[in-house]
Amino acid sequence: MERNQSSRDNKTARRKFYDGTFAILGLLATFIGLITLSALMIDLATDGGSRLSWQFLLSFPSRFPEQAGILSAWVGTTLVMLVTALTAVPLGIAAGVYLEEYAPKNWLTALIEINIANLAGVPSIVYGLMALALFVYQLRLGHSILTAGLTLALLILPIVIVATREAIRAVPGSMREAAYALGATKWQMVKDHVLPYSTGGILTGVIIALSRAIGETAPLITIGALTFIAFLPDSPVKAEFPFVSFDWLTSPFTVMPIQMFNWVSRPQEEFHRNAAAAGLVLMFMTLAMNGLAIYLRYRFRKRIRW
Amino acid sequence: MPCFTSMNHAETANVTAATRQFVARSSMRRLGERAIEALLFLSALSSVGITVGIVGVLLYESFSFFKHVSVIEFLTDTQWTALFADPHYGIMPLVAGTVVTSAVALLVALPLGTVIAIYLSEYASHRAREIIKPALEMLSAVPTVVFGYFALLFVTPLLQRLLPDLPGFNMLSAGIVIGIMIIPYVSSLSEDAMRAVPVQIREGSYAMGATRLQTAIRVLVPSAFSGIASAYVLGFSRAVGETMIVAVAAGTQPNLTLNPMQGAATITAYIVQVSLGDLPHGSVAYQSIFAAGLTLMLMTLVFNIAGYLLRKKFREIY
Repeated sequence: MERNQSSRDNKTARRKFYDGTFAILGLLATFIGLITLSALMIDLATDGGSRLSWQFLLSFPSRFPEQAGILSAWVGTTLVMLVTALTAVPLGIAAGVYLEEYAPKNWLTALIEINIANLAGVPSIVYGLMALALFVYQLRLGHSILTAGLTLALLILPIVIVATREAIRAVPGSMREAAYALGATKWQMVKDHVLPYSTGGILTGVIIALSRAIGETAPLITIGALTFIAFLPDSPVKAEFPFVSFDWLTSPFTVMPIQMFNWVSRPQEEFHRNAAAAGLVLMFMTLAMNGLAIYLRYRFRKRIRW
Repeated sequence: MPCFTSMNHAETANVTAATRQFVARSSMRRLGERAIEALLFLSALSSVGITVGIVGVLLYESFSFFKHVSVIEFLTDTQWTALFADPHYGIMPLVAGTVVTSAVALLVALPLGTVIAIYLSEYASHRAREIIKPALEMLSAVPTVVFGYFALLFVTPLLQRLLPDLPGFNMLSAGIVIGIMIIPYVSSLSEDAMRAVPVQIREGSYAMGATRLQTAIRVLVPSAFSGIASAYVLGFSRAVGETMIVAVAAGTQPNLTLNPMQGAATITAYIVQVSLGDLPHGSVAYQSIFAAGLTLMLMTLVFNIAGYLLRKKFREIY
């Protein structure tokens, strides 16, 4: 009897020991992730911090590492993102609204839903291959900003759709019923009630999707983005009538991550420093967007109480 | 009385006009509603169009490729020298590179991700979880080319201190960094799955005197297995499809080896290498990147199906 008691105590002690050990292990594992993230930032800052200057932001790439800059890269990134956002956001929100508010429960809806879930697992470079064959050669859009923007739009479309659906699902059914009770049609209900209430969630999702698109490199290399561009695309705003021009859409381009990749793959250490500086700018862009998204989510969650 | 009738007539006329107007307006409205619904439906359908486009392009271009190169040569030749004067199209070296880097990545990400998920769902306080989870998710927001830089110029020199024979381009460092990148995919999705397990089941386990660790391993992980398996499959898909880290840090030389201490091109690195050059549209080398892409898709497909079957077998319904 006594022996039983002591062996049970032993077992309990051992279990508690394992339990405590695992707590430490979990904390360690978490810290490995966080330490890597900080090591990465510190590494970039020490390597490239000294290269950051207005001259770096406002110069074209060059054979001479000290004169090289990222002007064409960040302008390219901005224009590509513009096309991406203008395509993916309306399309993604419309698709999300359909699936949440309109879609009947049938095999076609099920197919669309399964398809969106599976697109998340498709490697991004495969989107690049599709765009190379379809956009560049079939539709003859060339290795242009338009092709790049459309490619990234398709890539982030599933993210926008999923975010829209989640935001819409959070709107309580009573809101919909109240709108119907006042004689609103389905579209009036969606447009005047559901969408305004879910703006915060949708916006958060859109920003996160765009921050992912900014860092995408592989699909744009696949569609034939150039790595050395020493000119800017045609300006979208003109001094003479009709004041806007769409020539920039067909212009060749480079983007931030491709510029960085180009510099990383050169052997000279001076170019590596440029790569680190470009990486810092890129990290700043993505982290700022993610921070904004987290802030927006927090604010909207606080403001809306059903 | 006549007066009353005439008024009634006028009123009736008015009412009919109003009704007609109302009917006309509501039928216009109905038409507008139908048009909007159709537009929304087409938007939703466009996502299926992406899949059709991807599969169609890969199959079509690969079909042209296999007119020049036999499937047997593609699968059995041990050399991939598509860009040389004497081209060999054996996919094995590229598949080996992909498998090795992904295996290293999963060896890093699955244990770490699972431990983190258990820690966050069972041990960490609510506050700690609210801070740690978004911080970890930042890891997957870092552009992959930045991770490539980190792997080549930080992790590789670090590893070279431990393993002096390690070459500058190697799959080990690329794999480790991919693994760290996919930790949040594994940990966040697994944690969501564990937290979705009904609280009674957890309380039942505690009531039997189990510790947190016993509850996690014997009760939560089996109950949430389906969600955890999805997290693993997504992590695998990400690792296999990762391009920039391997293109920067693992080299672009096809190399049939299973040794992670060597450099080797993966399927994705080859596609990048070809795209950086200026290959004529329609050449065999051009078509070869689609055959490589198809192989990549098939690898992820096999794993997704395996994951689906596993989930189906072990699904727990409450």
